Amino acid sequence: MTASPGAVRLRHALRAPTATRSNALPAGAWWLWALGLATAASRTSNPLLLGLLVCVAGYVVAARRTDAPWARSYGAFIKIGLFVVAVRLLFSVVLGSPIPGTHLVVTLPEVPLPDWAQGVRIGGRVTAEQLLFALYDGAKLATLLICIGAANSLANPARLLKSLPGALYEAGVAVVVAMTFAPNMVADVVRLRTTRRLRGRPTGGIRAVLQIGLPVLEGALERSVAVAASMDARGYGRTAQVPPAVRHTTNVLTLGGLLGVCAGTYGLLASQGAVYGLPLLLTGLVAATAGLRLGGARSVRTRYRPDRWGVRAWLVAGSGAVVATAMILAGSVDPEALHPGVVPLVAPVFPLWPAAAVLIGLLPAVVAPAPPPVGGPAEAPVAHSEKGQ
Amino acid sequence: MIRFEQVSVQFEGTAHPTLSGVDLTVPEGELVLLVGPSGVGKSTLLGAVSGLVPHFTGGTLRGRVTVDGRDTRTHKPRELADLVGTVGQDPLSHFVTDIVEDELAYGMESLGLAPDVMRRRVEETLDLLGLAGLRDRPIATLSGGQQQRVAIGSVLTPHPKVLVLDEPTSALDPAAAEEVLAVLQRLVHDLGTTVLMAEHRLERVVQYADQVVLLPSPGAAPVAGAPADIMAVSPVHPPVVALGRLADWTPLPLSVRDARRRATGLRERLASAEPPSAVPSATPAAPAPLPTAPVRRGLFGLRRTPEPEPAPGPVGEAIVRAEGLGVRRGRVEALRRVTLSVTPGETVALMGRNGAGKSTLLAALVGTVEPTAGTVHVGGRAPHRTPPRDMVRRVGLVPQEPRDLLYADTVASECAAADTDAGAAAGSCRALVSELLPDVPDDTHPRDLSEGQRLALALAIVLTARPPLLLLDEPTRGLDYAAKARLIRVLRGLAAEGHAIVLATHDVELAAELAHRVVILADGEIVADGPTRQVVVSSPAFAPQTAKILAPQEWLTVPQVRAALEAGA
Repeated sequence: MTASPGAVRLRHALRAPTATRSNALPAGAWWLWALGLATAASRTSNPLLLGLLVCVAGYVVAARRTDAPWARSYGAFIKIGLFVVAVRLLFSVVLGSPIPGTHLVVTLPEVPLPDWAQGVRIGGRVTAEQLLFALYDGAKLATLLICIGAANSLANPARLLKSLPGALYEAGVAVVVAMTFAPNMVADVVRLRTTRRLRGRPTGGIRAVLQIGLPVLEGALERSVAVAASMDARGYGRTAQVPPAVRHTTNVLTLGGLLGVCAGTYGLLASQGAVYGLPLLLTGLVAATAGLRLGGARSVRTRYRPDRWGVRAWLVAGSGAVVATAMILAGSVDPEALHPGVVPLVAPVFPLWPAAAVLIGLLPAVVAPAPPPVGGPAEAPVAHSEKGQ
Repeated sequence: MIRFEQVSVQFEGTAHPTLSGVDLTVPEGELVLLVGPSGVGKSTLLGAVSGLVPHFTGGTLRGRVTVDGRDTRTHKPRELADLVGTVGQDPLSHFVTDIVEDELAYGMESLGLAPDVMRRRVEETLDLLGLAGLRDRPIATLSGGQQQRVAIGSVLTPHPKVLVLDEPTSALDPAAAEEVLAVLQRLVHDLGTTVLMAEHRLERVVQYADQVVLLPSPGAAPVAGAPADIMAVSPVHPPVVALGRLADWTPLPLSVRDARRRATGLRERLASAEPPSAVPSATPAAPAPLPTAPVRRGLFGLRRTPEPEPAPGPVGEAIVRAEGLGVRRGRVEALRRVTLSVTPGETVALMGRNGAGKSTLLAALVGTVEPTAGTVHVGGRAPHRTPPRDMVRRVGLVPQEPRDLLYADTVASECAAADTDAGAAAGSCRALVSELLPDVPDDTHPRDLSEGQRLALALAIVLTARPPLLLLDEPTRGLDYAAKARLIRVLRGLAAEGHAIVLATHDVELAAELAHRVVILADGEIVADGPTRQVVVSSPAFAPQTAKILAPQEWLTVPQVRAALEAGA
């Protein structure tokens, strides 16, 4: 790239700012991006493309995650992904596969099964074709999981719940309270285990766990009652009066809409349903949104500093959508490249332009606000100039 | 603003009403202090204002409670949320969200305030309570004082006309308590907020009150009046009032400043008497032991001069020896180069702000945390490597929440378990309980005990193993003056028997009454270590009221003054 003055200025303008509460990317943008990548992954079994998708997700996570507790979950998702691949391969080896293959790898001793178990096979021939098929299949599922893991570690789950529509807010609060409860209970267990030592009892073992179990549960119950009292005294559950007609319309719209969303999503993810999937999904979304908006009329509450959809949020969510769309298009134009055959055995080709489209998924690593440096002045007063709209 | 008309509250399963005959008016813009011994129904009365009693707690409320004209019978707590802000005893169980800023906004969100109003009020409240640096912090990572301020802030943001606080400063160190009280003072003066609060630590709050409501005993009608009048008859009162009553000052002074202005005469009468060189111990024959002052490096590496006052030699071998002790938790150094020795018969008070490392030091002494640097020996053994069964015979710790020590469902079975744990003869724990808690039946559930009784039970359990070293973490939290006096008597007796006692406390009055030596911790380091008188008299934060009033004379407690006056008269 030539460093002309214009390009320098543009690059300066594009440089991501440090993330603060004011410019934090909405959790929904990260989820849309990740779901876009996941949709793309569901449309191909080409291991090269899947690997590229995992790399893209991993790079963005590495570049933009914070050191918050939830951000550490990415590693766990990668491990789950590898586990899924291993299990898929194991099943294929042990239970055989309908894929006809000629390249014999190994022949396992076959377990003789009674007649009524016809069609089930344990052991027997293991071919290279069937292994490859299982590998492709497992890799697809693993990539899906890793994309979800990326969203999980980039977006604060509590903030995702905060961006729920007003009608669902109460449910969201319940989940948030539950999420803060788990760590409290763990802390209780740790504290009570150490106090056992003060009574001269060993801190380990099953008996220790049983003996502190009851106090821990009692403590959790007492705390939940106290939190409920506090929430009540602070105005939780204040509602406005709405006419019954509005209530019924709300229910119909919401339920119908959600059904539409479910059916549409299924259509999109199943490879045959792309034709009716998208329209159904969109109609469902519109109906559900209308229902939830109507339902929000019952709630008097307002939102404090909701996440704002700015240009950066659109870019992040849009990059995911572009990747998904490109992969769907590529699937209809050149299905061979996206689904490399296993019979006969061929090396998967690297489809150039779908790969280029996947790289668009890297956009968030550039445009999303960068997390503050670790150990840096994280609690330095943030700029207030950003709040003007 | 708040009116109680012939209110009585009775909970199910109790023979007597918790509150009865409450006829009370709290005018707008007043700071009203609710005082009384533990268990007289202070929290119930506070709950009745926010509507949590009886809507949330159950029970029967007779009579009428109105807040700004709204009857709590017809208005649920949530419908009073814009009018009444309530903070309970435990700030942790008050929080709904996980981030400071969201917590401050929560109440306003529920009330449906406009976003720009919310934003402005959150910023104002962050500044008002000094929380701006913590706005993005998870609440779980804050210290106790910070949490209390967040809890108060979270109910302040909807701008309630009435603020109801249950023991807002009990868990705080003196400086943090001053901060919280300064905030309340500002709310009352600048915003005209009506504040109703219950507090055991009267020495901290009584001077700020416009009116004091005394609940003398359970079920008795409250007495309301000007603070000085009520304090003259109240069974619970701070040292400044005790001193005023002793010296017959009228009107009774409530603040150190008022008392000092009247104290000239008393100071003259006391001039001839010599303050006792140490805290009086239960057996006058045994001189209270003071440590030989070790020369150690201070905070800035400066060599401290040895204490000028020659101290009597230690009674025996030091039972606690910590040398260069360091403890790290993750990246935080909770303790750094702590050197401490405690001899039998000695009482040491650990003081310092919340999070200074007091509890960590106690945990290191009892072996629940492992030192990352230096050594610690208790009774000649390293605590964290000694099996718990042996350790209980060397050191006993009463934790901050005594309830954590109690697992059983009756006092009797708790005692039996303690006997087996400690390998003591059957009945030895029960004997201790009867000594400390004379009138508690065997079949009481530990949860039904009052704070003071629970503390006594935990103390008895810990003492069953007869450990020569006794550690107490914040023992006076939630105790009224009577329970505190009982605790002081018990601990003095134990010290006289030769027990070494180390207590971590914010309560300067307790330290003045009990401790031979005060150790002040700051950021995990020892910044002062010396005889109580020397350390606390010179410190504005840690000096007890008596010392402040009678400075420069070095009297620490009212009983000392009383003894001197009686001897002189």
